[in-house]
Amino acid sequence: MSELILAGLLVLLVLLAVVAVRAPDLLLAVITLGAYGFVMSLIWAVMGALDVAFTEAVVGAGATTVLFLAALLRTSRRRSPAASPLRWVALAVALGTGGAVLGVTSGLPRWGDPTSAPATHVSPRYLVRTLSETATPNAVTSVLADYRGYDTLVETTVIFTAGLGCWLLLTPRRR
Amino acid sequence: MNYPYWVAVGLLMLGLYTMIAHRNLLKKAVGMTIFQTAIILFFLLLAVKRDASLPIVSGADVDPARFMNPLPHALMLTAIVVMVATSGVALAILIRLYARYGSLEEDVIAERVASDEADPA
Amino acid sequence: MIERHASVVVQTFVRVLTPLAQLFALYVLAFGHYSPGGGFQAGVILGATYILLALAFGRDILDRKVNQPVCVALGAAGVLLYALTGVAGMAGGGTFLDYSRLPLPVTPVRARYFGILFIETGVTLGVAATLIILFCRLGEQESNR
Repeated sequence: MSELILAGLLVLLVLLAVVAVRAPDLLLAVITLGAYGFVMSLIWAVMGALDVAFTEAVVGAGATTVLFLAALLRTSRRRSPAASPLRWVALAVALGTGGAVLGVTSGLPRWGDPTSAPATHVSPRYLVRTLSETATPNAVTSVLADYRGYDTLVETTVIFTAGLGCWLLLTPRRR
Repeated sequence: MNYPYWVAVGLLMLGLYTMIAHRNLLKKAVGMTIFQTAIILFFLLLAVKRDASLPIVSGADVDPARFMNPLPHALMLTAIVVMVATSGVALAILIRLYARYGSLEEDVIAERVASDEADPA
Repeated sequence: MIERHASVVVQTFVRVLTPLAQLFALYVLAFGHYSPGGGFQAGVILGATYILLALAFGRDILDRKVNQPVCVALGAAGVLLYALTGVAGMAGGGTFLDYSRLPLPVTPVRARYFGILFIETGVTLGVAATLIILFCRLGEQESNR
């Protein structure tokens, strides 16, 4: 049953992405991007990745849409319908990259296999020892904050730097 | 067959095509968001195990095959936050470009930059 | 300029919802150990409450409640809190980011628990400050144009 729900949501996701990309009006594109982010978080929730789904719901469906709308308010809603001369190059690049990645995925282990390499390398150690070593039942939090603490430190610095950069870029000018 | 991966790859191609082929800078930012979320979807598909429950353990006896893989979840949390940071800076640059050159189409901006350099006024 | 929303329903709803949402953000931060949640989600919810305030009551309310340089300083304080927790581990005799050696009067396993809590608080501050700054700056109209 959850496979059916997942399949239906994936179809909806692709439709929303196509609408967001091909919309002639930028406001429609931004709102559809918000809906796309929300359906994406639903898909991750159905797949069981609840931490990630929570973050995507607040960030992708909430914050990103508001920021895009704020940017849209200060720029223009229209886009020129003329096609770009680069579109054949773009098609070739996209198809080439997609083909290469698909070629790789055919060599990946069967979807959902609990004995595949990503599932048996170091993650079982985190799952088995998280309660005894860090007193944290949520393995994702303990991996994020304790076992892989360096990544999270640098990533916090990245997001703060982005905020700082945006603050400096958009200092209001007085003419 | 690994059908779910195909959707992630399809979205990846769509995002990449949008970033290159569309001339409007805001559309490029939309394409970038689609591209980034497609990559996160692909990565999370690697973490799924059949009939597994959330990676929240309880009690002492833990069979790792019955829980989802927590490592990709943690890495993708980082990726989502970096996504919003990138979008924020991209939109800030967009706004500056529009305020300076009056348009969000990349060819119009390129023309105006070239004419600015040829004739600094 | 984002103006005060005309509808009384929206204003009342936001007035009731904002403290609840901020409390929920604190809950998500504190319960990140036991259920899906943690620092990032809490930070984004906290930032979103301020954005909601601006959308319902107008930009001037946000400018009154948020002092932008102080907001940036709070974000930096969050990152600093994270780094200092790592250094405090070194002060106890371990390596950088080794929470089991934090100078707290608890067992090393519990010290790692508290270390995670401290750094998640730092992350929350950093992410919330960034979101508020992004919205403040992106949503400003130019003055004197």
